[in-house]
Amino acid sequence: MEFFKPDLLPWLIPVGPLVAFLIITLATNRSKMVPATDHHEYGGHHPDYDGMEVPVVTTRSRIFSITIGVIGVLWALVISWMTIGNAFNVHHFGVEVLQSNFAWMDTGETTLNMGVLIDPATVIMLVMVPIAVLMIFTYSIGYMAHDPRQSRFFALISLFAGAMLTLVVADNVLMLFVGWEVMGVCSYMLIGFWFEKESAYKAAIKAFTTTRIADVVMLLGIVYLYMVTGTLSYRDIMYNPENLELLVTTTPIIFGGFAVSAASVIGIFLIIGTVGKSAQFPLHVWLPDAMEGPTPVSAMIHAAAMVSAGIFSLVRLYPLFAAGGDPHHGIMTQPLVFMAVIGSFTALFAATMAVAQSDVKAVLAYSTISQLGFMVAALGMGAYIAAAFHLITHAFFKALLFMAAGSVIHGMEHGEHHVHEHGDHGHDDHHDDHGHHFDPQDMFNMGGLRKTMPVTFWTFLIGGLSLSGFPIITAGFWSKDEILADAWLVLSEYGSGTHGLVFFMLAAAAFLTAFYTMRQISLTFGGDARTEAAEHANLGKGLVSVTMTAPLIILAFFAIFAGFIGVPTDFPILGSIFSPEHNAFHHFMAESLPLPEATAGYGTLPDYHPDAPPFNIIPVATSFIVALGGLWLGWFMYWRKPLKAGEVDPMEKFLGPLHPILKNRYYMDDLYIWLFVKPSQWFGKQVIVFLDKGVIDTILHVIARVFTWLGDLVKVLNLWLIDGVGDGIPIAIYNFGGWLRRMQTGRVQQYMLFILAAAVIIGLVLVVSSGAVTAQ
Amino acid sequence: MIPLWMYLAVAAALFSIGVFGVLARRNAVAILMAIELMLNAVNINLVAFWRYSETNTDLLLNGYVFTAFILIVAAAEAAVGLAIIISVYRNRRSVIPEDAHTLKG
Repeated sequence: MEFFKPDLLPWLIPVGPLVAFLIITLATNRSKMVPATDHHEYGGHHPDYDGMEVPVVTTRSRIFSITIGVIGVLWALVISWMTIGNAFNVHHFGVEVLQSNFAWMDTGETTLNMGVLIDPATVIMLVMVPIAVLMIFTYSIGYMAHDPRQSRFFALISLFAGAMLTLVVADNVLMLFVGWEVMGVCSYMLIGFWFEKESAYKAAIKAFTTTRIADVVMLLGIVYLYMVTGTLSYRDIMYNPENLELLVTTTPIIFGGFAVSAASVIGIFLIIGTVGKSAQFPLHVWLPDAMEGPTPVSAMIHAAAMVSAGIFSLVRLYPLFAAGGDPHHGIMTQPLVFMAVIGSFTALFAATMAVAQSDVKAVLAYSTISQLGFMVAALGMGAYIAAAFHLITHAFFKALLFMAAGSVIHGMEHGEHHVHEHGDHGHDDHHDDHGHHFDPQDMFNMGGLRKTMPVTFWTFLIGGLSLSGFPIITAGFWSKDEILADAWLVLSEYGSGTHGLVFFMLAAAAFLTAFYTMRQISLTFGGDARTEAAEHANLGKGLVSVTMTAPLIILAFFAIFAGFIGVPTDFPILGSIFSPEHNAFHHFMAESLPLPEATAGYGTLPDYHPDAPPFNIIPVATSFIVALGGLWLGWFMYWRKPLKAGEVDPMEKFLGPLHPILKNRYYMDDLYIWLFVKPSQWFGKQVIVFLDKGVIDTILHVIARVFTWLGDLVKVLNLWLIDGVGDGIPIAIYNFGGWLRRMQTGRVQQYMLFILAAAVIIGLVLVVSSGAVTAQ
Repeated sequence: MIPLWMYLAVAAALFSIGVFGVLARRNAVAILMAIELMLNAVNINLVAFWRYSETNTDLLLNGYVFTAFILIVAAAEAAVGLAIIISVYRNRRSVIPEDAHTLKG
């Protein structure tokens, strides 16, 4: 078939999940309303409210929804693999790519094309996204097994995956933006999936609004990009030195006085889009709240899709940001500095907040923000490949960590029910201890879970070590190490301040990462159970636990081994084992940038093809020290001396007055409420009082008066003129009829007399008109 | 030969008597009889005009034929008319048309 040509095949990748979304939405969502009770007849994580009914999907619809959804994802997976296979068959892949496009819209002199593009950056995403999505999907089957509105859930997850894949295979910025926005909507609906809960719908609105602010700026950047170059296709802009130079040499219409080029303005606008989507400071506030969604959604947002999309778009657009500078020789452009500063600051800033959190998912949320900061900072100092590498490894271990955390929560809820059902002596204490509501996500309610949930413990440990960058054996080490190596190289050779900032900020953030990860592992799994729920926490038996543990095991595999594709060649011993000729990942990924031969004649463009950084003991030693040091400190403070029930976090003593600041997220949320939400509300109120009630209502009332008066006038006119005529005609006809009916006497002879008279008259007329009378 | 106007005068007189009868008589049977008079006055006219017309030959019998038709029609009409009169009489015990004035406006 035509579609199985390598160039056209990528079109089919997003089709599976999108069609699955349509089928589930339209066909397999039969449900019945069931009263939501505290007795968990339907179980699940859904919040309970008395007197409320929830639609519980019928078993049949549930099975169909899951089947169709899984088929959609498998479809995407298979086609992705076929596409990757095709890509490896292309000679000199990167220079030659798989692509197809068609004219979508004529815009005057230029034409907007829609199309698909498979280049090295796409390929690495196609390796990661479908696998991660499939794991999340499998996990959801167990995790959501007893929740209402499951068809809705699987439909939205499918749409989310479809949008992500659309974004990945897109060959232009506009199509990327389409996928980007669809994901925004999906995240809104999925974060607010338990919308009966106030915090959930507020989190959904917060996430949507925050990312939207950034999206508007990004859209401006896209429009300006199109205005300058007349195209939005990646290949035409990012792989075309002429357009890059045009962008660098154009003076922008705004900010023209600040000695910036159009490339810088567009670049910063596009980066702001990512700042929103990938939750960088100061727009990071939505991401911790996004934990209100079901845990598979958190995994989806934080690993496979949403935040990765932001970084992916930066990876895609990197040649634009670097145009006009040369980060590998310490010459920076404004977008690069912007990314480096924002990224490194976010990495450290979020890591400090993670240290003081008590919610098991919140720690992971801040670590996501922090790790995304690593990637943005890496891009900002030109470590394009290291950023892409960290994006992939992070996606695997973060999906793993979220799902493991979800298992913990699931297990805790299980344990909580167990305690409830077997209401032993601890039952009353339980209520005294935890007030009105037991929080299954609070790490201080856990402890000792390694005994009851061994699979979750070991996979969580692997994911956590990978996140911490545990040397040599984990994927996270290799990707973080490469970022630091890149930073150190430019810092040491050219003394670039930006690179120095990035290096030290990221090293500090990496230290904190290792520390809070160990703290989390210790609090959750170490020591003894601090509550009865934790004592009885488990995943149960049967299908549910299998679908929830199998993805963890598979992702744990990737969390360890995904790193070995990017081992530096000259790393002692390991380099010669895994990268005998060249760093595989580096070699593959570099091809998606313009070739040195192509950019040679353009003075403003850097050489986009740097060599992999040579082995240097300082960054590697730094990686070792921060990872092991952080883990050791975490072990020392939390694992060595496990917390007993009722004990306070040693962190509170250690940090003193700083602790509440960190725990309350530097009061950023309160600041935003005070700075934006409250003024908006005040403004809204003023608008209501002054504009709406005062001005608009007055105008409306005057108009209403005028029209009432006009109406009265018309009414009088109606009564007098139209009714007069309207009634007059029938009355006249009636009267005439009454007069005429007197002719009908009922006397035959009278009629005959009339006939005779008529005959005589007609006769006379005929005689006169024929001239018979005058003739005589 | 008797001139044509004499026939016509007799026919006119007969027709006038018929008209007067139709208009003036109260009895329906008498009205019917007056109608017969008018019809026969017309018959006289037809035969007279036929007889005095220039195309009169033995082969062209237009006047006769018309007269014969009218006689037949008159007979049929008398039969129907009498039947109506009888029917009215049965219903109303009267043969005076003025009494049957249901359609009076």
